[in-house]
Amino acid sequence: MTNTIGCIEKADVILVTGSNTTENHPVLSAFVKRAVEFKGARLIVVDPRRIKLAGFAHQWLRPNLGTDVAWINGMMHVIIKENLYDKTFVENRTTGFQELKAVVEKYTPEYVAEITGIPAQSIIDAARMYAGAKAGSILYCMGITQHTTGTDNVKSLAHLSMLCGNMGIEGGGVNPLRGQNNVQGACDMGGLPNVFTGYQPVNNADAVKKMEDAWGVSGLSDKIGLKVTEMLPKAHDGELKSLYIIGENPLVSDPDLNHAEKCISNLDFLVVQDIFMTETTRLADVVLPSACFAEKEGTFSNTERRVQRVRKAVNPPGEAWDDWKITCEIATRMGYPMSYESSEAIFEELSKLTPSYGGITYDRIEEEGIHWPCPTADHPGTPILHSGQFPIGRGIFFAIDYIPPAEKADDEYPVYLTTGRVIYQYHTGTMTRKTDGLNDRAPGSFVEISPQDAEKYGLADGDLVNVESRRGNITARVNFSDKAVEGTVFIPFHFAEAAANKLTNAALDPVSGIPEYKVCAVKLSKAA
Amino acid sequence: MDAQNIIIINGNEFSFEPGETILQVARRNDIDIPTLCHLKGATPTGECRICVVEVEGARTLMASCVTPASNGMVVRTESQKVIEARRLIIQLMLASGNHNCAVRGSDDKDWTQFQLSVQQEDNSSELCPVWGDCRLQDLAYRYQVSGERFPKTETLFPMETVNPFIVRDFSRCIRCGRCVQACNEVQVNKAINFGYRGASTKIVAAGDRPLKDSDCVFCGECVQVCPVGALVEKNARYEVRPWETKKVRTTCSYCGVGCQLHLHVKDDKVVKVTGVEDVAPNYGSLCVKGRFGFDFVNSSERLTTPLIKENGEFRKASWDEALDLVAKRFGEIKKAHGGDAMGVLTSARVTNEENYIANKFTRAVLKTNNIDHCARL
Repeated sequence: MTNTIGCIEKADVILVTGSNTTENHPVLSAFVKRAVEFKGARLIVVDPRRIKLAGFAHQWLRPNLGTDVAWINGMMHVIIKENLYDKTFVENRTTGFQELKAVVEKYTPEYVAEITGIPAQSIIDAARMYAGAKAGSILYCMGITQHTTGTDNVKSLAHLSMLCGNMGIEGGGVNPLRGQNNVQGACDMGGLPNVFTGYQPVNNADAVKKMEDAWGVSGLSDKIGLKVTEMLPKAHDGELKSLYIIGENPLVSDPDLNHAEKCISNLDFLVVQDIFMTETTRLADVVLPSACFAEKEGTFSNTERRVQRVRKAVNPPGEAWDDWKITCEIATRMGYPMSYESSEAIFEELSKLTPSYGGITYDRIEEEGIHWPCPTADHPGTPILHSGQFPIGRGIFFAIDYIPPAEKADDEYPVYLTTGRVIYQYHTGTMTRKTDGLNDRAPGSFVEISPQDAEKYGLADGDLVNVESRRGNITARVNFSDKAVEGTVFIPFHFAEAAANKLTNAALDPVSGIPEYKVCAVKLSKAA
Repeated sequence: MDAQNIIIINGNEFSFEPGETILQVARRNDIDIPTLCHLKGATPTGECRICVVEVEGARTLMASCVTPASNGMVVRTESQKVIEARRLIIQLMLASGNHNCAVRGSDDKDWTQFQLSVQQEDNSSELCPVWGDCRLQDLAYRYQVSGERFPKTETLFPMETVNPFIVRDFSRCIRCGRCVQACNEVQVNKAINFGYRGASTKIVAAGDRPLKDSDCVFCGECVQVCPVGALVEKNARYEVRPWETKKVRTTCSYCGVGCQLHLHVKDDKVVKVTGVEDVAPNYGSLCVKGRFGFDFVNSSERLTTPLIKENGEFRKASWDEALDLVAKRFGEIKKAHGGDAMGVLTSARVTNEENYIANKFTRAVLKTNNIDHCARL
């Protein structure tokens, strides 16, 4: 997030898109709901499902799946045409406005309505509402990123925010909601193929030299590595020989699971480190037991870049170890000694090598976490990014055109499928499905469908339905829901026994490598 | 100091901002006025009246949580009249339900009879489930009040136990309305509200249906704010007493909000979770997963030893054996095919320190940049 969670209550207008906030970030959703109910904020929800937050919204826009660039361009078209944009911000802090203006010219509300299914007047109303805000906040989640045009979608939202001067101010910003406790930290700590910690590029000679000196090694690779979505095809082709997986369950979370399993099975050697036996550990050659969050010391960085302490409350079961200790032992046995007294000692090393974490110590975050960047010991942290200028100087508007999703519904597969989570379960269910109460509330997979669609396919509420895509098929219960809009069904991906990801499309965004989980085409038939 | 905005509390002058209540000015200056129904961040209701104070010139005692400070106001927070009023309120509350902690009565005979009737309703021989962790009990001690002055009110509504997480015990509800405010003004789930009227007032969900059949999403905010034993975590009820546990503050391991929570630990097991009050980002709030989804920690299915696959079957192995095997195979593959034939998936679930170590291992030892995690998935 460019801004803080607390900032949400300071916004005049909040635009939530591609985020089923009340189910996936329930505590954060309360900030949105309070802003609307008690602080007079206006709420625009743009989502293909009639999610609970739509009930709080002043406007709910329902786009066809995978048409986000079109409605965002449409809003920008109206804002520019009606002269509602922030000229001072555009002039002083951005470049490329003419290119943007040229590309959005053709995205008239009527043209956008054809693509997205959103009525032209709604585009105009939403544009006026967002542009009218003193502070307008944009919140988004995987409904924006998990598309073949995910990068375009995110850039387009950033454009909308810059166009209205909402960057770098309290109550504004472009705010991705992170779905995992430490996905921010994993990125910050160099858990990416192209950067060391703090986003220092691996193909930058100075950065390479800095790490070589600190780590006492030579010959670090300056070649950008493989993304997870590139590793699997390489495994399939036999170019990737081994994989060391720490605390992940790609055999439920990856797209097109049947194919993913073939890829992983083709590895020469698979090591999986986890707290439970999972669909992924079962394929491993060696399984290493690790400690869970309640059993270890350390830090997580949350969605607002706040570095917070994790503390040990109980002992790990049996012989389970901290993940860092396991990795260090492997390194040592491979001839590169790695050993640390404590997680704090590791933090001291990483903060020296990571400018944005440079001023953070365990002592400083004992009571309350600090937002990075925090470069020095006396720096208070940075709750709001981009207030003076962007790291690259001026913010750039790119000309982005709408590109349809990789797979569209057709005669053979006439229904759109989108996937996501439910409030009572988490990701692949490895943790939440161990709590009886949560299973009582959300016992298994289902197909959320509108009664109209159900009638069309002869399905009654509670029936078993067979859902088939070009890649696989699953069987799950029909669930009539007000959330569903005709033509689109939703299936949660938590449940390995009816894994939604057997159906999803592994088509990737060309830049981020994110698969298009949010759009694919399926057909439905009543299961015998 | 602005002479227009001075209030005198217990003989001392304090300045205030227009709109501040007596309670807010007092709290800001470390003057303790007890409250029950007052919930920080929500609209004050003045429901319980335990926070009454004496205001010079006023005909009645004033609820400090709803009375704005005004210039020249003279307030006494613990005068005889105030204390008498508070004692009466506490006596009435203690008599209003199954408040079977030691403060209930000093008369041996009545106490036994009362206790036996409560035990029957509770189906338990234990004292109140929140004994030792109850705001009403604290106040009864503070003002040395017992409950036998008034006859016990009959329990009007049966206990609700038909959901997996929360027991609603109406016999212990003092109708302070904190849960209603927490649900409507803090979490804004709008699942519960006051129902019925007068003496039969009840907190109801969805036209007086069980929580499981209402808009409730089991965030448990109501449990956390309940000052008595009316709302208690089902699995912790009678099982967890505060003096048996230690609290460890940490960060939630589910979504990216990073809620600050307390793990309540008994016998090396996490037995209850509560939100850390007054601290960003969540200020005490949690969701159903953060508050109730911790069984996995102590699950019997946890992996407890390294496992090595032989002939398609896993067998237990020592750390030395497993680590040696991993190091040997990784070494062989690196030698034969180079580091770029190897990959590491680090985790959005583990700590920064552990991700840093995975990054260092991949780059410095395997000599490849093939490292990623599930941010994309």
